[in-house]
Amino acid sequence: MGARPNHASVPTMVRLAGVFAVALLAIAAQPAPKQPSALLREPYLSPVEIAVSPDGRLLYVVCQDRDELRVIDTATGKVVKSVAVGHMPRGIAITRGGDTLYVTNAWSDNVSVIDAKSLEVVKTLPAGFEPSGAALDGTERTLYVANRLTNDVSVIDLNTGRETKRLLAGRGASYLTTSPDGKLIYCTHIYPEPRRFRDPPISEITVIDTNTQTVVERKTLSNVAGVFHTALSSDGKLGVIAQLRPKNLLPLAHVEHGWAFGDTLTLFGSDVGGWVQIPLDELDHYYALPWGVAIAPDKSKIFLTTAGSQSVTVLDVSRVLKSVRAHRRPFVNDLSASAEYVSSRIAVGHNPRGVASSPDGKRLYVANRLDDSISVIDTASESVVATLDLGGPRNIDALRRGERLFYTAEFAFQGGFGCSNCHIDSTIDGLQWDLEPDGFGKDIVDNRSLENLAGTEPFKWNGGNPDMPTECGPRTEKFFFRSQSFNQQQLTDLVTFVLSLPYRPNRYRMATGELTPAQERGKAILERTKSKGGAAIAEANQCTYCHSGPKYTNQKQLDIGSGKATDRSRVVDVPQLSNVAYSAPYLHDGSARSLEEIWTVFNPKDTHGVTNDLTKDELNDLIEYLKTL
Amino acid sequence: MKNKLRLAQIAMLVITSAVSAQTVPMFRWENFTAANGLPDNHVYCVLVDGQRIWAGTDNGLGLYVKGSWKVFRPADGLAHQAVLSLALDKHTGDLWVGTMGGLSRISAGRIDTFTQLNSGLSNDVVYGVGVQGDFVWTATAAGASRLNLRTGEWALFNERNTPMFEIWTYAVTPAEDKVYYAVWGGGVLEYDQKTERWKDYNDPDGETEMVLMKDQGLIHEITTSVSYVDKILWVATYFGASRYDGRYWHNFLQKDSGLPSNFLSQIKAVDANRAWLSTDKGLAYYDGTNWAVYRPALNTHMPEMVVRDANGNVTNIPVRSAPSHNYILAVDFQGEDIWVATAHGLSHGIREKDSVVISSVVKPTK
Repeated sequence: MGARPNHASVPTMVRLAGVFAVALLAIAAQPAPKQPSALLREPYLSPVEIAVSPDGRLLYVVCQDRDELRVIDTATGKVVKSVAVGHMPRGIAITRGGDTLYVTNAWSDNVSVIDAKSLEVVKTLPAGFEPSGAALDGTERTLYVANRLTNDVSVIDLNTGRETKRLLAGRGASYLTTSPDGKLIYCTHIYPEPRRFRDPPISEITVIDTNTQTVVERKTLSNVAGVFHTALSSDGKLGVIAQLRPKNLLPLAHVEHGWAFGDTLTLFGSDVGGWVQIPLDELDHYYALPWGVAIAPDKSKIFLTTAGSQSVTVLDVSRVLKSVRAHRRPFVNDLSASAEYVSSRIAVGHNPRGVASSPDGKRLYVANRLDDSISVIDTASESVVATLDLGGPRNIDALRRGERLFYTAEFAFQGGFGCSNCHIDSTIDGLQWDLEPDGFGKDIVDNRSLENLAGTEPFKWNGGNPDMPTECGPRTEKFFFRSQSFNQQQLTDLVTFVLSLPYRPNRYRMATGELTPAQERGKAILERTKSKGGAAIAEANQCTYCHSGPKYTNQKQLDIGSGKATDRSRVVDVPQLSNVAYSAPYLHDGSARSLEEIWTVFNPKDTHGVTNDLTKDELNDLIEYLKTL
Repeated sequence: MKNKLRLAQIAMLVITSAVSAQTVPMFRWENFTAANGLPDNHVYCVLVDGQRIWAGTDNGLGLYVKGSWKVFRPADGLAHQAVLSLALDKHTGDLWVGTMGGLSRISAGRIDTFTQLNSGLSNDVVYGVGVQGDFVWTATAAGASRLNLRTGEWALFNERNTPMFEIWTYAVTPAEDKVYYAVWGGGVLEYDQKTERWKDYNDPDGETEMVLMKDQGLIHEITTSVSYVDKILWVATYFGASRYDGRYWHNFLQKDSGLPSNFLSQIKAVDANRAWLSTDKGLAYYDGTNWAVYRPALNTHMPEMVVRDANGNVTNIPVRSAPSHNYILAVDFQGEDIWVATAHGLSHGIREKDSVVISSVVKPTK
């Protein structure tokens, strides 16, 4: 057991001094004021995914924040062309012959089809909400696209350009890979499946038969939430999935012993003989946020980007398989096991994401999202031999510095985790946590969305943190990192970034801004001042009393009757409602699995607004309106 | 000896002069009960998905594949053990399951459940379910619900926004660009996808059980099932059946047709002329002219097949098997075969090569 401060023994004066110091820090760490130059700044590129041409001569790099595909000559390392695509591109697929590229545009809800010869967008295909990963079937006549917010996979007929069907996937469908024979497509999900309150998390691997274009299997990964890329070996016998194993059911009391997150892989396929989870971390160091995966063409090595640790982990496949066979029982929590098969950890740039191997397997390309660069790794020596500059802005401003801080795990004890472990891609993780300093089993908290936060202070579930510097400051040392975290400048940068996170496109409001009849009816319910019986609703119990202002919060703390016996406070902070449809579950502890349950289950006495006089269709209307906010 | 007798009786129906011959199918019946794997003997509904047979029972959902049953119950994630209705999304292969406690979706083994508490579903008693494109329609004890699978929006239809003066909807049948609802005590409702408007069909007699105006409208307000095939609307009620071609109604009653009972739980059409009718006194088949009834005899419980021709001649066809019970609740087709849900077991009607040939004298026309 490592030394841990005994909070009960800290003298009161010291504690008061600490509170005073935090307050001073909070004042000093207000976000950097937005300057005109900052508003007009040249956007960064933020390369997030890579594809390699079949001849190995070109890299196609998806640049998320510039809405571009940048094409790089691997011989010269120079940018050949920049192709404008849709908003917030996120995924890429390339035909076997390399003649066509498909880039998903997460915030345009479509796919750009790019002719590889002319490097022009020749067509745009429809998809669901936040299309992310893309994959072709064996015939290359059908494109599959994972839609993160509609939790499904679009099946797109490339002859007609029509989306022929949607296949139900898991929550946060994001990354796809096709089996070498083209017959199966595997889909991973960045969010866990909805479950009962405090059930262990599970995540789904959705397997699609490309012949029948139906889902044929849903593999459940136990105790897993946050699943990213997946890859299959060229012989199809080994599959690899990058994933997190959160320990959210336990009080966050043993961070220093790995009881916060496990950075792991799931292996599957005939080489393994089933589905086996293996650890990547070491006893005294963690390799946070395993994200991108590539398997060497000769299946000798697995390459894995760890997005929070600025590194690539290399695993020796023969040793991995030997280890898997040697362990008779699950060993995913045995942090000594990684020494059996990890051959190296290669330092790369900030927030490495997508990874791709050259066709001959000699080079590995890694997209350093927050450096606007590509690391080129010699796979034999397992070392970086070049770093390709994609041509992003030279200036590293407060926003980018803050974003690097948000995505790195280096501030946590032994590099365990960073902000983005829970706020995946700056959103949520769909989990509820038991933060130890509140007491074991006390104050279970749901993970709240970070988008469009500016002007919604205070923060924390009970409004206990008056501003973002307090929320992100020394509190993180105590509650999360168990290690000295951000200095003054870093805190300022981090807060600047967090408060800059934008409002994602809302898909429920019509493009004209008008409301549907159901949404109009719902708006009237939200704004009503009288019950259906004609009785006046007390001002404090009207929906718009709390959910007022531009972000639908009055920024107050109130008792709405949602408190649980384990909560130390009856009052909860009024949450903002921006894109509330995306952030289930609900209430401060995540006990409401759907918007409906907020009122059908958790509002029996009309303490969270007067809703028990509503018919079912009126409640549906209210929800349809809330989804537009 | 038995075979000779059977052939002789079949031959009696054949008139060899100027004829227009019609055939009524014969089946060999294989019956399933709880004794051989069915989750429960009371079978509310059956659905054929290729070689997979789904049976909704009073105590679980059964899946019959390759000779054995797999059972789904609430412990497996199903909304409720009493399974009232089934629908297949032919695009995705997902199965929608209406139960006494909500709506479940089974997709490649995963079960998701929608209830009136956790979703926009109007009521947890889901009597009927149907899939049409990206919409899932349900018939519930508190009106109709429509789930948009693309957006997650639930739209409810009830007495406030349709001509549904009773909200106890009993069955739903999406067909082409229309959706039909059987409303228990409220006739039939038709939703037009293009105009987004509702139209109702009602009994011109009102709610009376007496038929004052036969063939002038729907036979009765207490409807239980609707089928729409080849632009023909077929309706099952507790007091007879109706057929509507868009202009004319034709009603069927026990007293003037081959219908074995006026109490119908389901009607399922094959085409514009042929339909299967599930009654409490046997499974009826109507080919546009003739009727056949398949059941255990009501008195002896021995297998029975009764044929009634256009002239009202009734013939008992000797058979060696019958559906497991005369109280028929629903059917579904598997090629030439038929699967039958009954109050005591599930029956598989395996089509025999032999058919009953019924011929009628055709009067010369000038």
